[in-house]
Amino acid sequence: MAAKVHLRWRPYVTGALAGLLAIGSAYATTKLVGKTRYLGCSTTYVRAAGLIEREFCPARVRANAYFQKEKPMVDWQFMLVCGIFVGALAGALIGREFEWEAVPPLWFKRFGPRIYKRAFGGFLGGAVAMFGARLADGCPSGHGLSGLMQLSVSGLAAFAAFFAGGVLMARRLYGKGNGRE
Amino acid sequence: MNELMLGLFAGIIFGFLLQRGGVLRFDRQVGALLFADMTIVKFMLSAVMVGSVGFQLLADQNVLVFSHKAMNVGAVLVGGLLYGLGWAVAGYCPGTALGALGEGRWTALFVIAGMLVGAALYAEAYPVFTETVLAWKDFGKIALPQTIRASPWQCIAALWGAGIVTFVWCEYKGV
Repeated sequence: MAAKVHLRWRPYVTGALAGLLAIGSAYATTKLVGKTRYLGCSTTYVRAAGLIEREFCPARVRANAYFQKEKPMVDWQFMLVCGIFVGALAGALIGREFEWEAVPPLWFKRFGPRIYKRAFGGFLGGAVAMFGARLADGCPSGHGLSGLMQLSVSGLAAFAAFFAGGVLMARRLYGKGNGRE
Repeated sequence: MNELMLGLFAGIIFGFLLQRGGVLRFDRQVGALLFADMTIVKFMLSAVMVGSVGFQLLADQNVLVFSHKAMNVGAVLVGGLLYGLGWAVAGYCPGTALGALGEGRWTALFVIAGMLVGAALYAEAYPVFTETVLAWKDFGKIALPQTIRASPWQCIAALWGAGIVTFVWCEYKGV
């Protein structure tokens, strides 16, 4: 369906459909479960981290105030995040875009082909990003999509802060205009 | 239907749309931050524009009750900036990291591992932040319409206006 849409219009069409999904999902959870669930992703990482940590030091997790707020458990959003993997895999296979790739082209151009560099950068960047997302209480899904759809002031402010930090670092790392294809 | 199944179902559709939209690539995420490839901005804004109308219609019918996140100044600004700095290095956000893995971009695994560690570190640091950054100023769970004394539909019209201007600019620049 979306595969036949011209490349140029794909982000608009799929984005609009994601908007419909957000509406449908909020409606369905409200009607069927009695609890409105809004799209979001980053809380799941707290719950998953808690589930893993609990295997090694259960007492520490039990005593942690943040894990009491965001309990280590599999919930609606946890399944949503797992579903993203499945849906992306299906989309990539159907659209013949599945590709084993270690180093993204833009990273390759700037930092070379070494996998360990990409692994280290990815790990560090991921850790900082998630620390920030938890401090901000949301990521581009929770704040950016769900927050803006509800016209939350925090969604607008977070969206601006995400991009401000991102633009700053991207320009430092990859230089202005380097990303042009 | 069971709540977890609903989540999985929504996630599969979301992942499929992210993939088909071309949003999952590292080059697209960083490209947007360099204003060189605005695919993810087009996707996000299109989703927000459509979603805001549906949400408001449902809220007007009293079907939905909005769940605003708190406008805690320190949290949103410091956390948001920190998020952005890490995002530009990682090249994936928490949702797209899983999606990128599904596309075969296997080094996204390291980003996911880093994110889990970042979440665990924040859980450790949380008590310190509640007394510092989180205690600076909290405006609470506020909505834009009440804050700027406009109707929700005026805000949505402004959102659509800003979105369309952005789209026209992107297509004009060819990014």
